[in-house]
Amino acid sequence: MTTPNVADQPAKASMLYDPRVRSMAYQGLALIAIIWFGYFIWDNATTNMENRGIKTGFDFLWNRAGFDIIQTPVEYTQDSSYGRSFLVGLINTLIVAGLGVIVATILGFVIGVARLSNNYVIRKLATVYIEIFRNIPLLLQIFFWYHAVLKPLPSPRSLYEKGEVIAFGINNRGAYLPEPIFGDYSFLILLGLIAAFLGSYFLGKWAKKRQEMTGMPFPVFLCSFGMIIGLPFIGWLMAMVLASESAPLTFSYAEMAGFQLKGGLPIIPELVALLIALAVYTAAFIAEIVRAGIQSVSHGQTEAAHALGIRNGVTLRLVIIPQALRVIIPPLTSQYLNLTKNSSLATAIAYPDLVSVFAGTALNQTGQAVEIISLTMAVYLLVSLTTSVFMNWYNSKMSLVER
Amino acid sequence: MKLKTLLAASAVVVMGSSIAGAATLDDVKAAGAIKCGVSQGLPGFSNPDDQGNWTGLDVDVCRAMAAAVFGDASKVEYVPLSAKTRFTALQSGEIDVLSRNTTWTFSRDNNLGLEFVGVNYYDGQGFMVRKDLGVKSATELSGAAVCTNTGTTTELNVADYFRSQGMDYTVVAFEKADEVVAAYDAGRCDVYTTDRSGLAAQRVKLSDPDAHVVLPEIISKEPLGPAVRHGDNQWGDIARWTLNALINAEELGITSANVDEMRNSDNPGIKRIIGADSELGAQLGLSSDWAYNIVKQVGNYGEAYERNVGPNTSLKLERGVNELWSKGGILYAAPMR
Amino acid sequence: MSKAVVTDEKLPDLPPPSNTVGPVHWVKENLLSSPGNIALTIFAAWLIYMLVPGTLDWTIISAVWAGGADACRANPEAACWPFVWTKWEQFIYGFYPAESRWRVDFAMLLLVVGIAYLMIEKTPGKRYMGLFMLVIYPIIAWILLYGSVFGLEEVKTNKWGGFSLTLVIALTGIVFSLPIGVVLALGRRSNMPAIRSICVVFIEFWRGVPLISVLFMSSVMLPLFLPEGVSFNDLLRALIGVALFSAAYMAEVVRGGLQAIPKGQYEGADSLGLSYWQKMRLIILPQALKIVIPGIVNTFIGLFKDTTLVLIIGLLDLLGTVQAGIADPNWSIKSVPYTGYAFTALVFFICCYGMSLYSRKIEEKLHTGHKR
Repeated sequence: MTTPNVADQPAKASMLYDPRVRSMAYQGLALIAIIWFGYFIWDNATTNMENRGIKTGFDFLWNRAGFDIIQTPVEYTQDSSYGRSFLVGLINTLIVAGLGVIVATILGFVIGVARLSNNYVIRKLATVYIEIFRNIPLLLQIFFWYHAVLKPLPSPRSLYEKGEVIAFGINNRGAYLPEPIFGDYSFLILLGLIAAFLGSYFLGKWAKKRQEMTGMPFPVFLCSFGMIIGLPFIGWLMAMVLASESAPLTFSYAEMAGFQLKGGLPIIPELVALLIALAVYTAAFIAEIVRAGIQSVSHGQTEAAHALGIRNGVTLRLVIIPQALRVIIPPLTSQYLNLTKNSSLATAIAYPDLVSVFAGTALNQTGQAVEIISLTMAVYLLVSLTTSVFMNWYNSKMSLVER
Repeated sequence: MKLKTLLAASAVVVMGSSIAGAATLDDVKAAGAIKCGVSQGLPGFSNPDDQGNWTGLDVDVCRAMAAAVFGDASKVEYVPLSAKTRFTALQSGEIDVLSRNTTWTFSRDNNLGLEFVGVNYYDGQGFMVRKDLGVKSATELSGAAVCTNTGTTTELNVADYFRSQGMDYTVVAFEKADEVVAAYDAGRCDVYTTDRSGLAAQRVKLSDPDAHVVLPEIISKEPLGPAVRHGDNQWGDIARWTLNALINAEELGITSANVDEMRNSDNPGIKRIIGADSELGAQLGLSSDWAYNIVKQVGNYGEAYERNVGPNTSLKLERGVNELWSKGGILYAAPMR
Repeated sequence: MSKAVVTDEKLPDLPPPSNTVGPVHWVKENLLSSPGNIALTIFAAWLIYMLVPGTLDWTIISAVWAGGADACRANPEAACWPFVWTKWEQFIYGFYPAESRWRVDFAMLLLVVGIAYLMIEKTPGKRYMGLFMLVIYPIIAWILLYGSVFGLEEVKTNKWGGFSLTLVIALTGIVFSLPIGVVLALGRRSNMPAIRSICVVFIEFWRGVPLISVLFMSSVMLPLFLPEGVSFNDLLRALIGVALFSAAYMAEVVRGGLQAIPKGQYEGADSLGLSYWQKMRLIILPQALKIVIPGIVNTFIGLFKDTTLVLIIGLLDLLGTVQAGIADPNWSIKSVPYTGYAFTALVFFICCYGMSLYSRKIEEKLHTGHKR
């Protein structure tokens, strides 16, 4: 049977089965559903808030906050605005997250390598460490470290009464570092430091080039170390000579004033406890990642390196780790993100991070939950995405260039 | 909106949730219980015992409301809230009434969409310190480290107080009261500041309660009271007059023990409140024996006070300003007529 | 001419040289092989000396094992186990009514039996049992715990608490996060740009925000986003938050598995004319899920530990009931908080370590490469 429309009919019927049409339809439906859902939420929130007489908008960010914060890396008083308190909370979060990432990475690498050590006791200790800290909730660990940090420390008053030196005092109000006070010509010290860093950088480049050309190694690390210590010292000496009356760099130590130590740079115990907890917890995961990464490098690589007469440490540094890093970096990134997010548990021990200060105190004073929580979530998202982007870039830089 | 109703209905079917109209009273009746926001554990005000039964002065307000609405004081669903979550929970409709030692302030009443219905405890912020510090007055606290709760009026008051006295301090603010106590006990702070009733309540949790002393200064006015959502006047009235009924009952000498015989009293004031033919209940949209149920099942304000925070409890709080106006206090409920 | 020594039978094995066997050699080889190694061994011994005796003394030797609060008050410098014995029921059941607690016990027993069945090797019908545990068991457990049908008395969710609540949250998260995670992972690898971007946004959003802000949103702010009057149970909302949160993590784990399947498998399935879902169900997912089992178990462990955060929104899980017990004025003794936290840590450790041992076992079983 032939009909004149034979050419059209299959086309018409196959519209339904055309993968492109289908995929377009699915996507269209999904998009409509999402947009409708977003509108639904938005509409409900606005009507509900209007009905209940809840204030909306971000005007409150410019109002006076009226509360104090224990750790203020930027200028902040009770007269500052809520916006300022947001900034303080954000910086505090970044401080603990940044320090935590550094400490956790170092600790994690050490323990990950220890887990593969030839030494039986060290190997077992590393395993025990990993199993214990990985399998106990972080919140509990934070409580533990907070009280473990607080408990053995004396109060500043008892130290003072005993007549002990409290200048570098570590007590249960925190560790009080001497605060540097810069006098005349102190810029010379800074200059020395900058010169040292620049020098180390170029020295490293040069040494690498030389090694590639001639195979001769150069003790870059020692030289850089020497420069970083030595050049600022020379700067200090010069400043001493130039500014004969006043010292270029003095330190102000904490002093007992009433109840409390004043002056100096205090590091509050909350920061220390949170930092230890986050670092110790995350290091257990990083150690496992490092171990898996090192084990993923084929054994032949080690054997080949040994056959070339390369020593164990150098093999690890130049052969194993660079290859292992490719496996390590992606999961390491998610650990960094986890650490950053976990820092929000600070609120349990009074460390004034973003969640505690802004999504805690400020939220309560203003009651504008929707705005504050959205802003807080947005910040965490931004930090996470930035970290991801950076680590992806680093990963692509480290990845093996394949033919 | 049709779509919304559709979704709401499907949500009900799928999630087994409840749907109700706009009026809180209808919602509450449909749910069969009042959702009452309380603290996460403050002895004397709202605290669960080992069986999970809640007791306390704040809890009694909710129980009285349940007695008024349902004739059964046990029809309360307690929602423990931190200082941080309490207002959002009330705004969002998560709870029907917030009875959580919350200070009535201007901005909370106006900015947060809340409506305070009265005061069930007049409090003021105080300081607790270790005895061995030898401090006699709050004016000697310059430079002290102060432990307190986040998101409370105390955090603001202490800032104001130290500023006005020209003293320095550092504030260590925790989320939960228990954590504040633990940190103060561990010596993290010199001073623990909160409402004086709270100090009395938390003091019993310290490892050596007798080694601490509450300083005489009261640095703020803290009228603590229940709050409801702004905009539902009927529900607000029920809350307000439940509280007033508790206080008026004490003034008239009606107790849970004698309420049955008082019911037949000739005193017109008593008759108006708990009499069998009382018309007050109908005006609130409640049954005529609402006030009778309150007193019968919860007692009057004085009984609740003695039971929860009075001198015979571990808190050992004297009535003080929380005595009736006729006995030298400032408790003065509007007349019920 | 020398005569070759030949034997046509096998000679017995000689013992290894005496300096390569025995404990002395072992110690030499493992602990004292080089100066650096010796230093490490001394360091480790010092660490053990610093930590172990004190911990043992506090938790076991000097600890108070029997008596009541008074016995602990007399000895506040060591663990106070009577605290745990006294509050034991509350730690497990929360405020669940005493006369209905057999229901919780029964649900937990079923769980243990089911999991044991799945973990023991070579039991028949594992696939059906797995399906039962993932689909039917949650329904049974819900009916048992919540009641209100089959003559079981209704127990409102605000009475739930303690370890049983921890289990409810963790298991719900586990049961729901896996299928949602698989769908999200497939969506992220889809060819359709709109679907892919929706999935990417969804996954990155949940992975990018802290769980406590998610819980805060779901517990106190959700009613603001719903039409007036619609509300659902607060435990359910926390559960949804936890499930979506872990689903995003699960999606990334599953995606790892999908990416590890060689392209030939996809192409082979396509060339057989299988539809997308057939391809996924029959060819890709069985392989992909198998290789990511360790990752899935690790996500479960993370989820299990994260349940402690519901404390922040006022649900009394195990940690919550322990904290409530610590706040009891009758037990305001210095050692009680430490004991309570140590107990909680121990419970979580046992559960999580168990899971991680299991995952390691599977990892070893699946490890086909040569290992040295």
